[in-house]
Amino acid sequence: MSDDLVLHLEGLRIETIKGVVLVDNVDVTLKRGEILGLIGESGAGKSTIGLGAMAYARAGCRITGGTININGTELRASTAIQRRNFRGKSIAYIAQSAAASFNPAMTLMDQVCEAPVIHGVMTRPEAEAYALRLFRTLQLPNPDTFGARYPHEVSGGQLQRAMAAMAMSCRPDIIVLDEPTTALDVTTQIEVLALLRDLIREFGTAGLYITHDLAVVAQIANRIMVLRHGKMVEVGDARQVLEHPHTPYATALVNERREATHVPLINPPEGAPVVLSVTNVEAGYRTGMPAVKNVTVTIARGETLAVVGESGSGKSSLARVVAGLLPQWRGEVKLMGQTLAPSLAQRPRDVLRRLQMVHQMPDVALNPRQTLEEIIGRPVAFFFGRSGKTNKERVRELLRQVGLPQDFATRRPGQLSGGQKQRVCIARALAAEPDVIICDEPTSALDPLVAEEVLKLLRRLQDELGLAYMFITHDLGTVRRIAHRTAVMLKGEIIAQGATADIFSPPFHPYTEKLIASVPEMDTTWLDQVLAERAVA
Amino acid sequence: MTLFGHKAPLTAQFGLAIVAIDLLVAVFGPWLAPYGQSQSVGDTWGAPSAQMLLGADQIGRDMLTRLIYGARTTIGIAACTTILSFFIGITLGFTAAVGGAWADILLSRLVDIMLSIPQLILALIILGVFGSSIPVLIVTIAVLDSTRVFRLARALGKNLTVLEFVEVARMRGEGMWWVISKEILPNAMAPLVSEFGLRFCFNFLFVATLSFLGIGVQPPYADWGGMVRENAAAINFGLLAPLYPAIAIALLTVAVNLIVDWLLSIDARPSGAQAEM
Repeated sequence: MSDDLVLHLEGLRIETIKGVVLVDNVDVTLKRGEILGLIGESGAGKSTIGLGAMAYARAGCRITGGTININGTELRASTAIQRRNFRGKSIAYIAQSAAASFNPAMTLMDQVCEAPVIHGVMTRPEAEAYALRLFRTLQLPNPDTFGARYPHEVSGGQLQRAMAAMAMSCRPDIIVLDEPTTALDVTTQIEVLALLRDLIREFGTAGLYITHDLAVVAQIANRIMVLRHGKMVEVGDARQVLEHPHTPYATALVNERREATHVPLINPPEGAPVVLSVTNVEAGYRTGMPAVKNVTVTIARGETLAVVGESGSGKSSLARVVAGLLPQWRGEVKLMGQTLAPSLAQRPRDVLRRLQMVHQMPDVALNPRQTLEEIIGRPVAFFFGRSGKTNKERVRELLRQVGLPQDFATRRPGQLSGGQKQRVCIARALAAEPDVIICDEPTSALDPLVAEEVLKLLRRLQDELGLAYMFITHDLGTVRRIAHRTAVMLKGEIIAQGATADIFSPPFHPYTEKLIASVPEMDTTWLDQVLAERAVA
Repeated sequence: MTLFGHKAPLTAQFGLAIVAIDLLVAVFGPWLAPYGQSQSVGDTWGAPSAQMLLGADQIGRDMLTRLIYGARTTIGIAACTTILSFFIGITLGFTAAVGGAWADILLSRLVDIMLSIPQLILALIILGVFGSSIPVLIVTIAVLDSTRVFRLARALGKNLTVLEFVEVARMRGEGMWWVISKEILPNAMAPLVSEFGLRFCFNFLFVATLSFLGIGVQPPYADWGGMVRENAAAINFGLLAPLYPAIAIALLTVAVNLIVDWLLSIDARPSGAQAEM
């Protein structure tokens, strides 16, 4: 074995205790300073492999085959105590949710210094000095005093960087990065991505970078491994996989991601009557700070208005005002020219029927103890008084409309995939025969290829039924595919609004430009270009 | 025995066997008992014999007969109490969780007041005022116990009402009854069933305690707690008499807990909450 090889997994096989195979026959080699991107949809086994590289299996799973070799030591043949000495010291892990990975009762410095002191790599003063150096490299604000803060006192992006410092604190040979930027806003993601890359380069660490986003991995990985259902589909040089994938599955993934930035923009329908109008609306929560400030938007029949913004921009609050879940302080909401009561409780049943909502997380939007027949049949019975046989017929018709088999009617949500669940949510909204559907990030919890199918379904239904959509999203790729018009929100205000084609072409509002420029592109040089442009500006 | 495809471990099987025997005895007691429950058939604390397998009690009644009749009263009262207590607790708890801020404040503070007074003292006062008949006993314990059920039901309800499928039902304009019975209750069943077992134990012990203090089940009706008190003096003479009802109490308590442990190990989380993690 060459000296450069720090991690070598061969024939790795991980199963659940009941014998379901999660990872099958996966080989990974990692040289010093090299980054391998693991790409795949949810359930592809990416995270399981990442943890498997540390010879760790989640509760209910176990490693049943293969070898795990770090720096020439076979971990599967080692004792539990020997394995523990490797974790944190030779191989470290950065999780997706930084907020859930820190102990809220300890300062950041205590947590960063914990591992090196326990592993006997450094004394506490040495560890603190090293932590300061890491804080500086990661460009954390006030690095000298940053460590004295508690996790809740810093922002999400800073916490993610603090976790990188924690992982690097023992100077590990290998670092496993499990979707470290997925929970961040695009404009924050770009900074964290650049800093992580610099950090890994500066310290010569090898990395396993787990993500579902090809464009992100393109910026950071030397090589890419595409996974599906726990098996290797394709492994190769990053540029080669992105530009000339061999296998059909990798090609589909690449094409889907490429289309996101190159789909032709759709023009708004002309002369259609306005269905929903929101005028000078101001709303907020108890604190007195408005979450939505002076917002005015309209949506016409058969039209999709995308409301785009980062987390905290007020886009979901706007949706909740329209839905009557968050009564506005000022301004009015009109549906077909009729002014709506601010609160849900005061709206007549017919108004409730005409305004439906599709939520972000289909898992929690469907009652797990009801069958699809009950879930979809209830609005049919509630709004139209149809029961018995006619109700069942209507449910089957709706299932067909959203592209689900008829015999799903007797299933429960637990027996469906994420994409199928979201189709059920759409069917439930359609059951009310609405005029407007508020879609609150309906595709952001779905895998890219599945999300694409759901967007196609929404577009088809719009053409067939003349529905108006208010589409809340943070993803500009989604906006391009579905929206006729777009409103960009920042700190509760709409800073730009118009036909999607106009929003996405110059002259830009400065924030829109920053937002567009922050969406990673599937080009291995993209990050360097953006950073260079920013340096000039 | 299996439940949702989970086989009962040995401990739970033991628990189920004890509970099954106790229930059979409680239901068919009068046909199984060799004598009448207030019939004096032997000497005070008479020794066990072929006629009286466990001997006699302090006034010469057959101990086995008293135990069999005691199962009927003690388990019957505890079961009625727990069912009533859950009915009150779940209804009010879910109402507080779903019905808005004012309902929540009113009900929760009322429950806080009741919880701040020691349960036993409150029971002593109520039973002292209204007298100790079986219906009064059941209602009193049920109302006191429902405060604990209220706390659990409210917490479960609060967790579930924020889930989006409940929001969807509200946006549709569904009434509170639909939201509680169709959206929340089915998803809160697992933890509530486990809690039912535990609260049954507490209530059963509470009945025994009150009877031991003399304000529970009144003579000549047999009940296990009262039997311990009546026969307590026998301990001074090295006799086993008070231990028989005490063992019956302990066995049933342990058995129910073993079953609950098994239920909790299967799934005590409210469904839907899994998806949040």
